[in-house]
Amino acid sequence: MSKQLLINGSTHNINLPDNVPLLWVLRDEVGLTGTKFGCGAGVCGACTVHVDGEAVRSCQITLADVGGEVTTIEGLGTPNNMSIIQQAWVDHQVAQCGYCQSGQIMNASALLHETNQPTDQDIDYAMKGNLCRCGTYPRIRAAIKEAARRIAEKVET
Amino acid sequence: MTSVRTIARRTFLIGSAAIVGGAAFGVYQINKDAPNPLVAREGEVTLNPFVLITRDGVTLIAPRAEMGQGVQTTLAALLAEELDVAWEDITVLHGPPAQAYYNSVFLGFAIPGAHYKDTAFKHGLRQQVGKVGKLLDLQATGGSTSMKDFFERMRYVGASARETLKIAASRKIGIDLEKLSTKNSAVIVPDGTRISYLDLVEEVRHVTPPDVELRDKSEWNYIGKPMPRVDVVAKSTGTAEYATDMQLDGMRFATVRMSPTRNGMVSYDDTLAKNMDGVEAIIDLGDGIAVVATNTWFAIQAAGAIDIKWASATYPADTLVLRSAIMASLDGETDSTVRDDGDVDMKVAGTVVTAEYYVPWLAHTTMEPMTATAHFTGNTLEVWVGNQSPTATRDACAIAVGLDPSQVIIQTTMMGGSFGRRGESDFSVQAAILAKAMPSTPIRMTWTRAEDIKNDFFRPAIAAQFRGVVANGKAVLVDGKIAGPSVFQKSSLRQQGSIPPGPDRLHVEGAADQPYGIQNFRIAGHLTDIDVPVGFWRSVGASANGFIFDTFIDELAHAAGVDPLQFRLELTRSEHSPSASVIDAVCEMSGWTGTTPDGIGRGVAFTHSFGTPVAVVTEVEDTGGGIKINKCWIAADLGVVLDPHIVESQMISGVIYGLSAAIHGEITFSDGVVEQENFYDYDALRMHNAPKFEVRLLENNPFIGGAGEPSTPPSMPALGNALFDLTGNRARELPLKKTFSLIL
Repeated sequence: MSKQLLINGSTHNINLPDNVPLLWVLRDEVGLTGTKFGCGAGVCGACTVHVDGEAVRSCQITLADVGGEVTTIEGLGTPNNMSIIQQAWVDHQVAQCGYCQSGQIMNASALLHETNQPTDQDIDYAMKGNLCRCGTYPRIRAAIKEAARRIAEKVET
Repeated sequence: MTSVRTIARRTFLIGSAAIVGGAAFGVYQINKDAPNPLVAREGEVTLNPFVLITRDGVTLIAPRAEMGQGVQTTLAALLAEELDVAWEDITVLHGPPAQAYYNSVFLGFAIPGAHYKDTAFKHGLRQQVGKVGKLLDLQATGGSTSMKDFFERMRYVGASARETLKIAASRKIGIDLEKLSTKNSAVIVPDGTRISYLDLVEEVRHVTPPDVELRDKSEWNYIGKPMPRVDVVAKSTGTAEYATDMQLDGMRFATVRMSPTRNGMVSYDDTLAKNMDGVEAIIDLGDGIAVVATNTWFAIQAAGAIDIKWASATYPADTLVLRSAIMASLDGETDSTVRDDGDVDMKVAGTVVTAEYYVPWLAHTTMEPMTATAHFTGNTLEVWVGNQSPTATRDACAIAVGLDPSQVIIQTTMMGGSFGRRGESDFSVQAAILAKAMPSTPIRMTWTRAEDIKNDFFRPAIAAQFRGVVANGKAVLVDGKIAGPSVFQKSSLRQQGSIPPGPDRLHVEGAADQPYGIQNFRIAGHLTDIDVPVGFWRSVGASANGFIFDTFIDELAHAAGVDPLQFRLELTRSEHSPSASVIDAVCEMSGWTGTTPDGIGRGVAFTHSFGTPVAVVTEVEDTGGGIKINKCWIAADLGVVLDPHIVESQMISGVIYGLSAAIHGEITFSDGVVEQENFYDYDALRMHNAPKFEVRLLENNPFIGGAGEPSTPPSMPALGNALFDLTGNRARELPLKKTFSLIL
């Protein structure tokens, strides 16, 4: 019943049954509430986190199946030290209600790791699993492109 | 910097006691009858119900709730504009339930007549009637009213606070008031010395606020500019706090299963659930059950394992029978004919056009399902909940747990979307009851997505019959009947226990109040009395009528052989020039020619709602692999654009919300239970099928209009009209995915 999880660089001992989804481990056990519950069925993307850099729906992966380091939105950057992608989100004033944005940012961040200069089609394909009921899609697209530009500039310098 | 939560707890916790003791300083002139609910502790001062100054900074106590619409940012800009606070110095908190935060616009809707016809006198009359809201403690965010309400009010608050601080500074340093100015959160002395507002906390207590005047538009620094949203960093770093994110010592986690027939339970068997992992309590809520556990996941699993026999619904049990009931009321009693120009029964020469329309039941599906956190100690109840109606929520929770409203503290958190849903108090009351059942244990309650969809207060299905006559290229007669359940009556009955007298205007808004000069023009409202719970859904009556009415106008244009954009322009030009201007604007923006190449379709639509005329042109393309929405051009006129960035995002948001409903949205019933349960069977627009946008904001409207809702109504007919242009098939029913091969 006990398992060690590496989350955002810290080790946590988790005493929960193997079948508990990672989402509920993070939110209710570890207290990392930046990761959101939206559907519980892997169809809205609000709970997206990284496991070893790959975007996963944390409501669909059980504690037993977590086989690597978990990164949540809190691990990506903080209000005083935001990651490039979070800064792009702020600069484009993407968020409205904001509830889906942790998942959007985590998913977009994984996309940029895989495809450093995504086309519109890449963005469509990668982001179609992340629902936003406020309709912030145009600004999400703009923020992803902006972050891609800044990451490329950083690599060059 | 003190955390927002610490300030909130200090300021609001003993709010009611302080009102009695009169500890709060200062009374804001316009609101002299509403007590200041804020409590100043040592080293702090509350200049009025909206401004709290502590050693750490200036806090705006926001009278309206943030559900994504950007209201708290623009309220802060209005305050800062007069108070001269540096943008980075301002913190925003939502205020407690209090009369001081009443909505002064809502009741003005009761004044008869279409808003576009408002004269200065009638506008003033609406404002006076609206002030009755204060007597009713009507504190509510909704109806696209916040900026109409606070455009002046919040600037007066800022000006009053600024002048009060200047008087305090003048007394402190013995320099004439006239020689002082203010800038960046400080009073400036002629020699350039800065006296920070934060250093005037003691002196300002003894100053009576003077009468103030507002600055001229030419002096504005914040209003009209895109301000950085006050919530954007928190919402980009996972640190924004929603009700479902509260973390309290000893907290437990809960979920509910409420009657999907909306009529209670016959019996339930929790033998299996009781012994499941982490379960601490199973609570009978009368019309459902709740499970309290050590983890939300355990609560959800156990709730699913309870065998519940639900009572039968009191409404017709399936979609088709419900539809028949609505259709039947088209021939029943007329509730309203608030638009009845000329004589529609007169024989008029021309081409007759008739059409019938039907739009389905809709759910809100906010991204955050209904959630609330509550803590009951025996003589106090504290509830953290994202909600649009703090006073009503407080009162409903007080009744549910048997406390006086003064013993109930409501902390209004950010909302993970609302669209009207969080104006209801059902979920707050559930959390309150659970907290009372487990005294001293804070309970964080989270609904599953299935609960959220099945236990919604739905946008009602609406049926309509229209007849029109066109002659010489013009509409000379429109006679429409609109039938369906009344959101206004049912929600009044649910929330206030009675139905206000008079016709239901909301039921016909988006049709009866359109700024079209048609000689013979009647819209009749017919109400269907069925018990399916209905509620306010972004743009309310206009969400259905915008589609129905504008689609019919499009049909008339085609029957008249006139370009549909020119046809609408002709109808509005003599009636309401700001409306004609937004139609002109989308014509120019989209390069509208009236013709489209093969494989491309374009549609135009127009709706005047919530005081704002909005025109939309939508372009669709047959890609061979499905129909794609390429682009929407939107033009709107809100009179004054307080924040172009936020208003633009509201226009786009409203259209995406409308398009999502137009394409996907349909709630169906079987055996009295909603059949949909998650985003896989109640989907919305996503990144790959959302169109591109171009928005233009005009400022010809003599009165300030709403931003959060008015782009939703025209979004749906603009798509339907574009699909007609592309395919020749007329969309008279929604959702469109049933009749068109759209890319989903």
